[in-house]
Amino acid sequence: MSALSLRGIHKSFSANQILKGVSLDAGENEFIALVGPSGCGKSTLLRILAGLESADGGEIVVGDRDLSPVPAADRNIAMVFQSYALYPHLTAAQNIAVPLVMRNLTRLQRLPLVGPLMPGQRKAIANIKREVRDMAASLKIDHLIDRKPGQMSGGQRQRVALGRAMVRRPAVFLMDEPLSNLDANLRVHARGEIVELHRRAGVPTIYVTHDQAEALSMADRVAVMIGGSLLQLASPQVIYDDPQHVEVAKFIGQPRINLFASQAAPDGTVAFGDIRLRSAEKLTPGTPVTIGIRPEFVAVNRNGQHGLPARIDRVEFLGSEIILYCRLDAIGETVIAKLSPAEGTGLAVGMSVRLEFAPDRLFVFAENGRRLPSFPMSADVALETANG
Amino acid sequence: MAEVIAIPSSFGKATTRSAAERHESRTGWLLSMPAIVLLFMFILVPVAAVILMSFTDYELGYTGFKWVGFDNYADLVTNRTFRRSLWNTTVYTAIVAPVSIFMALGLAMLIESEGIGRSFFRTAYFLPVASLLVAMATVWQYLFHPTIGPVNALLRLADIEGPNWLGASSYVLYGLSIIGVWQSVGFNLVLFLAGLTAIPRELYAAAHVDGARSAFDRFRLVTWPMLGPTTLFVTTISVINAVKVFETVKTLTEGGPNKASEVLLFTIYQEGFVYLRVGYASAMTVVFLIILVILMFLQYRIQDRQVHYT
Amino acid sequence: MSAQTFTLGRAIRLFLLSFGALIFLAPYIFMISTAGKAQSDIFSSSLSLIPQHWSYIANFTKALTRVSMTTLLWNGVVVCALIFVFQVMIAIPCAYAMAKLKFRAARLMMVLVMLGLLVPIHATALPLYVAFDRMAVLNSYFALVAPFTISVFGIFLFLQFFRAIPDDLIHAARLDGMSELGIIGRVIVPNAWPAITAFAIFSVVAHWNDLYWPLIVISNQTYATPPLGLLYFRAAEAGDDYGALMAATLIITFPLVAAFLLAQKRFVEGITMTGLKG
Repeated sequence: MSALSLRGIHKSFSANQILKGVSLDAGENEFIALVGPSGCGKSTLLRILAGLESADGGEIVVGDRDLSPVPAADRNIAMVFQSYALYPHLTAAQNIAVPLVMRNLTRLQRLPLVGPLMPGQRKAIANIKREVRDMAASLKIDHLIDRKPGQMSGGQRQRVALGRAMVRRPAVFLMDEPLSNLDANLRVHARGEIVELHRRAGVPTIYVTHDQAEALSMADRVAVMIGGSLLQLASPQVIYDDPQHVEVAKFIGQPRINLFASQAAPDGTVAFGDIRLRSAEKLTPGTPVTIGIRPEFVAVNRNGQHGLPARIDRVEFLGSEIILYCRLDAIGETVIAKLSPAEGTGLAVGMSVRLEFAPDRLFVFAENGRRLPSFPMSADVALETANG
Repeated sequence: MAEVIAIPSSFGKATTRSAAERHESRTGWLLSMPAIVLLFMFILVPVAAVILMSFTDYELGYTGFKWVGFDNYADLVTNRTFRRSLWNTTVYTAIVAPVSIFMALGLAMLIESEGIGRSFFRTAYFLPVASLLVAMATVWQYLFHPTIGPVNALLRLADIEGPNWLGASSYVLYGLSIIGVWQSVGFNLVLFLAGLTAIPRELYAAAHVDGARSAFDRFRLVTWPMLGPTTLFVTTISVINAVKVFETVKTLTEGGPNKASEVLLFTIYQEGFVYLRVGYASAMTVVFLIILVILMFLQYRIQDRQVHYT
Repeated sequence: MSAQTFTLGRAIRLFLLSFGALIFLAPYIFMISTAGKAQSDIFSSSLSLIPQHWSYIANFTKALTRVSMTTLLWNGVVVCALIFVFQVMIAIPCAYAMAKLKFRAARLMMVLVMLGLLVPIHATALPLYVAFDRMAVLNSYFALVAPFTISVFGIFLFLQFFRAIPDDLIHAARLDGMSELGIIGRVIVPNAWPAITAFAIFSVVAHWNDLYWPLIVISNQTYATPPLGLLYFRAAEAGDDYGALMAATLIITFPLVAAFLLAQKRFVEGITMTGLKG
């Protein structure tokens, strides 16, 4: 059973359709990274989930309750904001205490002057203080507890924001690019910490980011959103190795996947150099398709006869790998190849080489972007089909 | 070896740098000289002169003067007009400053949360700030006229006999206060609007998520603390401007009736420039300056302690 | 959040705002209406806004003939313009030196400026009046303008603004061979327009409306500024001819109100900027 499910969430701002019916299920303890280019609607989806924005249509179900009509304050959904949104006039401890104060104290108990006179207020406050102290200790920020956000570093603020979100044991945990304001070193370190915190909290978490490395490295499952639609929701490995849409393939992976426009041959297969692919679906001859291959499955053949002839345009040495930009002699398209330093030694701009493509790593996408399941045909099978 | 080389080179540097420094310093002096001269001529020396004159019995038109020590100040303590004037200024300030601050804050929040008419409302409330106060005071005098004025005509519709707003000694301060509030709300409003727009939207989102259900909760958690610096500034300005009330009094009441609207600046003006008792008026001016210094000092203190978050 | 739904809360909000606006605008409405009423109208029906006998021409003629309105407005323009020009010419170089040059007096200047911010004209008026009287320069443009040629507030405002201009820009200008005055004229001033406009609005509003100082140093109509002129007019009319009085008020209020309505956005920006930084 899923702990959180979104069903057909729609949202438009005036004529602009931001979300086009997004559905998503998250299990208990699941960490889902919502990734996509800026403007794809991922932050809007998160704000709708939090109750900060209302959807035009669709359902948000947590446990087995539809939360759509429930205001943000009553949803028991916690959120870490991109800017952290800490209250600048309150100390770290006071910031962390806010959600508890708002929930555990009555309106009268919260009033200044009058509050302390209300029965039970002192005990409730003592409880809150204890919980805040425990939370601070578990985040290792006990020494910062009396500082205001203005006196803290970015990393410290981020921890306080996490503490404020976790302290009330929410049913769902939302994070809106919480690492984007940290410097590069700290960011990599913080990834591990957030994953660890998530494991301890044991609550479904939706993590919005535009950084694919963050998404792939942290999440149980990655949801790729593009143009207001959820294109694929799968484990990081499946997303990378088996993209179901050309946009997913394009968005995930660094350097970018190589894509070539082509069309189905008269026999319904797709040809790429001397490789032939047969699609599971019958293709009418002439159907436009896109062929994709990731750079690490492009091999360079220096003096053999196999592969497509190409010239090297640019060589980027990145230490652990070498990125090669080549231009195919036949069609003038640029192909990116990722090589290990050993494979790349001696390659220089201007050299003529032959490029070989791993046949079982070629993807075929239909014109609408959908992935067409396909498999390579061995040369003799291809010959047979041609003859028969 | 390295040290040996380093010494002469750093010497050389030091002399060239100090030549450049001298040049920069001279330019600085030249550029700020006119300001410094005028600052002394029109602010510092006159302030010193006021303080000195407050210890004399100098009167314009007479030659010569005597040092009288603290006589002028001792006289002020018992001077009924001056005491009345201090009291009236306090009452006026105690009405105008808080009313114009909270009215402006309330209106600013209403305008901020309302989508339509934003710039119309801002213009309407701000118009009095850009209007000539002496002229608008004349309009208010007509509005407040006991028999032909629209204010009392309106009250008469509700069967209430309106007072003589600017002519009765028990009402004149309230009449002037209404004009004062009318004139200063717009200024405060514009500052509050700027303060409200500067509050990050994410803080309100965080307040929602944190469980601040009611608008009042969010006001206490976000709006009021975030407006702290603006509120402090608006308060200081409002109080100082109220203490400096003069135009309406001079135009409409001349301190009357029966000194009921005698205010600090008007009393100083009368003493100094009508009766020409410069020494005595100087002592009053010093009191006025001390009030301003205390207000500014309070502002700095609160600012340092409370409202700065970084 | 707004604009789509019309809830009860929103209706109350709009009602409060409109009602308040009506009250704040009421003096203007009555001013315009009364300026066109004959004496008999004013006494009989104070609540009707449309004059029964249209007397705009009569009232405006009275207003324009009793006191020379053109002289008043002209004096206002001359005084405000002179004050503003001097203030800017003196404050900008000083603020530039304080912000971007190292010299020993800069720190002292800062103290003086902070002190100066405290002192309004009301505090220095007595000795200045005595001095001007001795020099026999009362009743002149000089007397009206001189004390305001130094604006501590202006220095303060420009100082804040200039500090934000990157030092590299000034270094680059020096490397390009500009003198310090050249830098002020060709680099600083063109970059400081927002601050200059804000200060212009602040200065003009303050001095156009000032009554205290003109009342002290001016005793005849030749040099009267608009507020002072209106006082004379009131005295001449003995206060009861409200039709003519409102016409005069309208004429005198109009220039600044019109300027405000035309350049509202600048006004509000200017007030916000001078306000929040002052």
